[in-house]
Amino acid sequence: MRLIRMSLHKAMFLAGALSLALSAGSARAAEAPDAQQFHEEPPLLATLLVDQFEHRWRDGENSVDWELEGWVGGDTNKFWFSSRGSKPVKGAVEEAEFQFLYSRMVSEFWDIQAGVRHDVRPQPQTTYAVAGFKGVAPYYFDVTAQAFLSEDANVSARFEVEYDVLITQKLVIQPLAEISVSAQRVRELHLGRGINDIELGLRLRYEVVKEFAPYVGVTWERKLGETADIARQHGEDPSDLAFVAGVRFWF
Amino acid sequence: MHPTSRGFSRRDALKLAGAAGVAGLVTAYPGRISFAATDQTLDLAIERTRITIDGHTSRGIAIGGSIPAPTLRWREGQEVVIHVTNRLNEPTSIHWHGLLLQGVMDGAPGFNGFAPIHPGETYTYHFKLRQAGTYWYHSHSAGQEQEGMYGAIVIEPAERDPVRADQDYVMLLSDHTTESPDAVLRKLKVSEGYYNNNKRTLVDFFRDAQRDGLGATVTDRLDWAEMRMDATDLADVTGYQFLVNGKGPRDNWTALYKPGERVRLRIINGSAMTIFDVRIPGLAMTVVAADGQNVAPVKVDEFRMGVGETYDVVVIPQGDKPFTVFAEPIDRTGFARATLAVRDGLEGAIPERRPRAVLTMADMGMAHGGMAHGGMDHGAMAGMDHGAMAGMNHGAMPGMDHSSMAGMDHGSMPGMNNPGGMGSKDQATGWADAGTPPGAKALSYADLKSLTKAKDLREPAHEIEVRLTGMMSRYIWTLNGRKFDEGDPIRVAYGDRVRIRFVNETMMAHPMHLHGMFMELENGQKDRLPRKHVVLVPPGKTMSVQLTADEPGEWPFHCHLLYHMASGMMTRFIVERRTASL
Repeated sequence: MRLIRMSLHKAMFLAGALSLALSAGSARAAEAPDAQQFHEEPPLLATLLVDQFEHRWRDGENSVDWELEGWVGGDTNKFWFSSRGSKPVKGAVEEAEFQFLYSRMVSEFWDIQAGVRHDVRPQPQTTYAVAGFKGVAPYYFDVTAQAFLSEDANVSARFEVEYDVLITQKLVIQPLAEISVSAQRVRELHLGRGINDIELGLRLRYEVVKEFAPYVGVTWERKLGETADIARQHGEDPSDLAFVAGVRFWF
Repeated sequence: MHPTSRGFSRRDALKLAGAAGVAGLVTAYPGRISFAATDQTLDLAIERTRITIDGHTSRGIAIGGSIPAPTLRWREGQEVVIHVTNRLNEPTSIHWHGLLLQGVMDGAPGFNGFAPIHPGETYTYHFKLRQAGTYWYHSHSAGQEQEGMYGAIVIEPAERDPVRADQDYVMLLSDHTTESPDAVLRKLKVSEGYYNNNKRTLVDFFRDAQRDGLGATVTDRLDWAEMRMDATDLADVTGYQFLVNGKGPRDNWTALYKPGERVRLRIINGSAMTIFDVRIPGLAMTVVAADGQNVAPVKVDEFRMGVGETYDVVVIPQGDKPFTVFAEPIDRTGFARATLAVRDGLEGAIPERRPRAVLTMADMGMAHGGMAHGGMDHGAMAGMDHGAMAGMNHGAMPGMDHSSMAGMDHGSMPGMNNPGGMGSKDQATGWADAGTPPGAKALSYADLKSLTKAKDLREPAHEIEVRLTGMMSRYIWTLNGRKFDEGDPIRVAYGDRVRIRFVNETMMAHPMHLHGMFMELENGQKDRLPRKHVVLVPPGKTMSVQLTADEPGEWPFHCHLLYHMASGMMTRFIVERRTASL
């Protein structure tokens, strides 16, 4: 525990420096010296949420998938990072995406975000500029919306929404939906124009403590339109149904 | 005064004394005051310690060797000198909560020229006691107050005390957690609702739907969800042990009496975050002072107590049966308990625990139409109130039966609902519902009447509006929408009479504390407004106070919930001397 804390601290400082560099006009620098005297150290916070770390069982090849996000910063300005990906149980990583964003509070419930996304897999590796927003919509929907501009000037976007339903204080069911669109065909990445795919998921987790929850669930992805046709041409099934089991945890 | 501290040896004390110059030695005080006139001198060391509560030991910080810190018993008119030595490895401070004194002696770092006391340093406080009554002292640095840096101050009046008592006890209520304050604040900031283990669930929904009908329940849930707010958010932090004089419920701190004696209990809420409902089943309490200031006696069965407030009550226990002093936090996650008994070792019964309240739209200020909120019509509001009332049934309180439900619905906490004391005396709902049984009297702010007439009866020359604001989901708390380091200070000319109007736009109660001066609560008592250093402003409500700005300086003005203050709910209240005309 102690070790984790120590390394977290180090990470905080590193990432904090980065975030300050990113946001030149940071509010932190503008604080009055006497105010600092009172607060001693305005807290620089850091957190990491591994939202999904799961085994997926499906008709074809089983895989291990992850989705995580975290941030370092203060109330207004944050350095935000996230990653998602998939690796077949037997075989090399097929998808691995990383995002590094500057995130700024614009209202109680919303942050605007901008930065870079880099996909290590699938190949060819692709770098994107990212702009988007993230927050909590009325009725407690967790929303992330992002637009991407690739190094090859391809434009795409992704919209995710999640919702937590408390069955009891510890048993939580989480439906989620995600939709991806592309403004043009990207042959190397097997993407068509228009809606690429939708994903629906349902995960039932048990929060042993708030920070740690094993879960089971089901996820269904369906490629659509041109993207589905491309998949079929490659002998792939455009639809993917998987049962999942994993853990969700955060620091 | 003999706060002999463990880990603070006599030799250390001597060294210290030599260095600082104690009573008798006429040493130049930094500034000009000599110690010749000193009536009371004491040394207090601040150091890490361990505290054992109900058999569990955890970390804490002690002032003068103990948690709580030693009770300081002084007399009005005395000059006191306190040498405070910091034996921590972080800066610290001591603030004398409720005392009228020169700004720099107030002990709030960053205000009035007071700098934090750095590790290894000794700071000498020196002030004359200009008042009598029950007060307290605590750290004003970081989260140290939460860790045990609090103690009581009892100042005997220079003249005859209007309150007669045979026994006189301090009961200092507090909340203790094994988590570090930094960890608590971090969790509050990174994970909304982290400490709330009584959120509304699907199970609750079906139960409510069965009782109140599906439509009403759905409407209720949708209205809260639309605003992204939580009707069960009564307290931000849980996991607390609730203490009386540093003792847990099983430790059972005991005060002794002889039957028929008048026992004065000086009850201080020295919690970091906890608002308490206090009662002594079977024993009526006569409130004789609030925030150290005498009030016309008022007989009550129970009272609600904001963080930082103090109430002195007189009780006259008869017979040799023990009485339980019972203090429940408003989110009902535990209780503090002490016993009044004729001898040690006796235990009174633990009373039935009260249900927790569920917030209503009125707690959001909706009922006053003060907060414009799209899509809220009257129909929806009615549905909401209904749903929320119903919600109380299942407030996570096993053993609740229908008879006590009835009591809750008709519970009378007049004035709490309407703290200005003006207007209708509605039955308590939502936040204000303490579960007071029918026929029982709960203290209301409207009942508090100063024992002495106000000295300054001028109409306030101007009004200062202080909106209590925040972003719950991010745990940012503000005044007038601004964090401490972003907002403008409040400026008042020396000698002016001003009104401060608190408008609580949040769904939490905020105990608002002004350093340096008393606020006179406008509760309808005309020329006898009670003098308060903390005013508990209920959610969604408006309250106002008057004051005469007769203490020049730059005073902290903040919510006394520790993590609200740490998150920005604070400003400077500057009393400016009129500059000489040039």
